[in-house]
Amino acid sequence: MTDVPADTPSVIDRTQPVAVGEPIIAAHFIGDTAVFVLAEEALVFAGSNGTQRVAVHGGGILESASDGKRIVTGGDDGKVVVTDGKGASITIVTDAKRRWIDHVAVNAGAIAWSAGKQAFAKAAKGDEKTVEAPSSVGGLAFAPKGFRLAIAHYNGASLWFPNVAAKPELHEWKGSHVGVTFSPDGKFLVTAMQEPALHGWRLADDKHMRMTGYSAKVRSLSWTPGGKWLATSGSTQLILWPFASKDGPMGKQPQLLAPRDTKVVVVAAHPTQEVVAVGFDDGVILLVRLGDGAEVLARKPGNAAVSALAWNTTGAIVVFGTADGEAGIIDLT
Amino acid sequence: MSDNSTAEAGSGKIPVTVLTGYLGAGKTTLLNRILSEPHGQKYAVIVNEFGEIGIDNDLVVGADEEIFEMNNGCICCTVRGDLIRIIEGLMRRKGKFDAIIVETTGLADPAPVAQTFFVDDDVKEKARLDAVVTVADALWLKDRLKDAPEAKNQIAFADVILLNKTDLVDEGGLREVEARIRAINPYAKIHRTERSNIALDKVLGQNAFDLDRILDIEPQFLKSGDDEGHSHGHDHHDHAHGHDHDHGGLKHYHDEDMQSMSLRTDKPLDPDKFLPWMQDLVAKDGPSILRCKGILSFKDDPDRFVLQGVHMILDGDHQRAWKDGEKRDSRLVFIGRELPQDRIREGFEACIAQ
Repeated sequence: MTDVPADTPSVIDRTQPVAVGEPIIAAHFIGDTAVFVLAEEALVFAGSNGTQRVAVHGGGILESASDGKRIVTGGDDGKVVVTDGKGASITIVTDAKRRWIDHVAVNAGAIAWSAGKQAFAKAAKGDEKTVEAPSSVGGLAFAPKGFRLAIAHYNGASLWFPNVAAKPELHEWKGSHVGVTFSPDGKFLVTAMQEPALHGWRLADDKHMRMTGYSAKVRSLSWTPGGKWLATSGSTQLILWPFASKDGPMGKQPQLLAPRDTKVVVVAAHPTQEVVAVGFDDGVILLVRLGDGAEVLARKPGNAAVSALAWNTTGAIVVFGTADGEAGIIDLT
Repeated sequence: MSDNSTAEAGSGKIPVTVLTGYLGAGKTTLLNRILSEPHGQKYAVIVNEFGEIGIDNDLVVGADEEIFEMNNGCICCTVRGDLIRIIEGLMRRKGKFDAIIVETTGLADPAPVAQTFFVDDDVKEKARLDAVVTVADALWLKDRLKDAPEAKNQIAFADVILLNKTDLVDEGGLREVEARIRAINPYAKIHRTERSNIALDKVLGQNAFDLDRILDIEPQFLKSGDDEGHSHGHDHHDHAHGHDHDHGGLKHYHDEDMQSMSLRTDKPLDPDKFLPWMQDLVAKDGPSILRCKGILSFKDDPDRFVLQGVHMILDGDHQRAWKDGEKRDSRLVFIGRELPQDRIREGFEACIAQ
């Protein structure tokens, strides 16, 4: 079906537009303040007293990450910048060769970044450590507990304890891995691949999980509460892989919801309920309830693809941004 | 073809020029020229080695030339992983530049670079391959074609060839090396240059997908060869040292292992036969087909169909409607190694609609 049925319940009238006006690549919450990451140079804070633009990079922003207290950004100016909830930013590092900072990660104050093949990590109170991956780094993710970093690269992903001298532990799978995430319980590692597929490892025994059937590269991954499901983009519907059992999705089919004839491009799971915000290539946003697949329309088709979705910690507010700089805050209370 | 380029411009895709050339041919000189001459265009440049470019430009990006195999079951399907990442990153700064130039190392095979623009959906959506430009050393190319397979690949892949350092070779020598180039790739445009000095509009914005122009350059010697019923079979000739014929003063070489062939028919093709045949051909013979290009007229189809391919990868689409009075014919060219020419010719002819 092309269009969302006319009788679909809607929360569009609860949207408060935010004047951003520049392409958005991500959105995060620090407390109840929504922060939009622009494709170039700045963050836009949208609080109760209007918007504030904070310049953080002298060029393109390649990736951002947040742990709810701070936002880490990597830029093509070779800088890693950390910005707090008040909009105060510090440059953590400037690459000596001004290489692009391709990827960043943050967890409880520990931050990580990569430039080409080299990955770096810095504990909240500690020195910068570095390791060279076998090829250019495709993605970074901190383990939910402990100072441990997953590094996606060509032919697999490596798990690295930055404070331990030992070599990173390699989990092999042929092909180019371009994104990585840990399940919230830390038992599974999942990568997105150059091919339209995900690959997973059960870390206890390194058992492989192949998650295929996508029509496009999977660029957005989000865990539902408790890590029961992994919500993903990469198809014309929301695809959710079951991770509740100890075997994860091994031998199981994914749940397929919200089918349309346009691509899902961004997904963001609600922090407490089994609901996923789904952003489509045509600008539509649907809030989809797992279980019965009920849909609520949160945004009508627009001029550009949805490029950012984020929930606040209580899940009462969801924000969105688009590739052409439209943004909004939807209050569901 | 102005209507064609308008169509391309309308797509909003950023044109990408791939710059190749064997070590020392003059690539960096050309690149520095592109970056320093006043032409009102702004280029993002992906270089293989930082520092060689004497220009301070925040849109110069260092690349790692990381070549990845795709897990799609085709053995020659390799892409430049770093290029995917860099082009995506550059798109953050869309609007800050008009075109992208990718410089490759002197020993690079152009195939993975070209294939990147056909294989990765995100790259394909945002950028289009404008042309492969190869800088060749007029003095040394002949030797390199004998001992460096990379140099030969770069010539075979080229849409535009700069025959550089012409001041070091006399006219006879230049004609000789041009004939050698033509033996491998009769479809590329050749420009003679000294110190890579060339009007940039001959290198950039070529719209190589504007196949009309390229396919219209029916190389003289191919024509004369065909007119004389010249056999391209290999049974009559000793190819150990190449051989030459003389067609009205124009030297005509056969390369020992690389050939091109051109097919043409003014009868419409049956798309239900042609497309499966083409797919089957590249699936089987992809490793030996370096490039193919075509403009096709399908039966009962008002639109021109354009096609291009690299090894096993094919990319084709309806381009625009055939114009009134325009000659509706189908043209298809191949450049490759040990091409099964008879089989290709027979296969093509079997696709003519009944």
